[in-house]
Amino acid sequence: MPTFIIARLTFLEAVRRRIALAAFLLGLAFLILYGAGFYFITRETGVPTGSEPTAQLVRSQIFNFLTNAGMYAVNFLTLAMGALVSADTLAGEIGSGTIQALVTKPVRRAEIVLGKWLGFAGLLALYLLLMAGGVLAIVYLQVGYRVPNPVAGVGIIYLESLLIMTISLACSSTFSTLATGGTIFGLYGVAFIGGWVEQIGTLLRNQTAINIGIVSSLIMPSEALFRRAAFEMTSATARALGMSFGPSFVISVPSGAMVVYAALYLIAALAVAIRQFSGRDL
Amino acid sequence: MTAFALETRDLRKEFGDNVAVRSLSLQVQQGEVFGFLGPNGAGKTTSIKMLLGLVAPTSGTATLLGAPLGDRAARAKIGFLPEHFRFHDWLTAREFLTLHGQLYGLPSARLRERAAELLELVGLTPFQHKQLRTFSKGMLQRVGLAQALLNDPQLVFLDEPTSGLDPVGRRLVRDIIRDLRDLGATVFLNSHLLSEIEITCDRVAFIKHGEVIRVTDLKTIVDGETSVTIRAGGLTPEAVAGLSQWGRDVRADGDHITLTVTDDSALPAITRHLVAHNAEVYALTPQRLSLEELFIQIVGTDGGL
Repeated sequence: MPTFIIARLTFLEAVRRRIALAAFLLGLAFLILYGAGFYFITRETGVPTGSEPTAQLVRSQIFNFLTNAGMYAVNFLTLAMGALVSADTLAGEIGSGTIQALVTKPVRRAEIVLGKWLGFAGLLALYLLLMAGGVLAIVYLQVGYRVPNPVAGVGIIYLESLLIMTISLACSSTFSTLATGGTIFGLYGVAFIGGWVEQIGTLLRNQTAINIGIVSSLIMPSEALFRRAAFEMTSATARALGMSFGPSFVISVPSGAMVVYAALYLIAALAVAIRQFSGRDL
Repeated sequence: MTAFALETRDLRKEFGDNVAVRSLSLQVQQGEVFGFLGPNGAGKTTSIKMLLGLVAPTSGTATLLGAPLGDRAARAKIGFLPEHFRFHDWLTAREFLTLHGQLYGLPSARLRERAAELLELVGLTPFQHKQLRTFSKGMLQRVGLAQALLNDPQLVFLDEPTSGLDPVGRRLVRDIIRDLRDLGATVFLNSHLLSEIEITCDRVAFIKHGEVIRVTDLKTIVDGETSVTIRAGGLTPEAVAGLSQWGRDVRADGDHITLTVTDDSALPAITRHLVAHNAEVYALTPQRLSLEELFIQIVGTDGGL
């Protein structure tokens, strides 16, 4: 199966060119930093230590908040990895001519795109599992706390990283590496700012600001997806108060429809990548 | 089934307003070593890219091994050495051949055997576990050549196969082409090294401005007029004058004589004639109307610009 041959090649490339190594070392550095930070915050600040129900409740809310703050960083690192590994893959190989010996083999161009996609998807899965698993393990080992719905939360973050990677791949099938990087960075910026505009709009009950946020989430659902993931991983107590724990307090939570939208967006981006690459001159 | 390994009809490619290939019509027979010649910018590379499905023609049709362009079953029987032979340089030579063999769909036992065979053929067996990034240009070209032969192709495209090679490597390429021909494969050779084409090809197409302006059978050039250079001492005017019975344009300059003969069989007679006139013959060298002269004659000195 050519798709799997290319997927394996893509995975191998990340390993051989030390991209994976650099990402994992930096990820490890983050986990060490996070572990140390968590240790000192939970011991040297006013986290209630009593065994009465109120103290327990407050404590678990603080742990929940800190876990989700760590997940936000993991989310960002995984997104960056998704965008970076795939930005150069088609554009770079077209530019250098490496692609020529591949596409003249008896394979479909779609199989090359799908193979690369699968390879990156595998790489991102591994990275996210280690990073998110690392954060969850650090919290659990230090204080014995477990966030609710980690599978759903991490799953949504995975979808988000796949989406960014796929858009990056689609851009890379048409534009140069640099233009691809610029586009992805711009889209991420739109989502990031839009997300905050929506939050503030919700807080101030300003419908225009909320709409701006929604539109920006439709252009690029990354930030919205994280807010949904954070919501999944927030305790029922906090949810009952109308908030969830992101890097700060999330008060505007995208509906489950946003997850479906993102999945459709991803499929469309993959279709564009295949179509563009299949039709272009190399 | 057509007898042509490759046939194109009015293949045309435009990039915006720029016409890269105007109208390429070619027929290459099976088992032929076919040279593709033309000045820079004549559309050679674009033509090869169209044939290999890298670039979609604006109009026109072509068949490779009887199948339309882009047919995957036909591609399984085609080998290609790209001009710039850039490969995944973090693979070892062995892994590189394995990858490309897998893409050809070779069964793994056959692939192992074939990869070892080809590494040996191109002289890279001692370097098979080295990453391609450590390879010289010539070594890359050799491994690229091995890659193009993995599937025992019926049709091989070699785009400037000797550009990075030293004389030993060039001879290797020549030998490989000869072996391919012996196996009945068709070779489509794009090279700007005319001597290379002259030695290896059966026929050659000259292209200019994206059109075939002449297809020449190289055997007929060889059988045609030959210019002969003679170096001999003790030449008498009668000895020189007598040469005109075998050829024309006889010119003598000290120890050197040049003349043009129509048939190689004149050469022994010329030698006998000179010896009979007590000349001391040091060298008698037939110089065929070279492909270079033909190239300039056909394409013009403007280089087609």
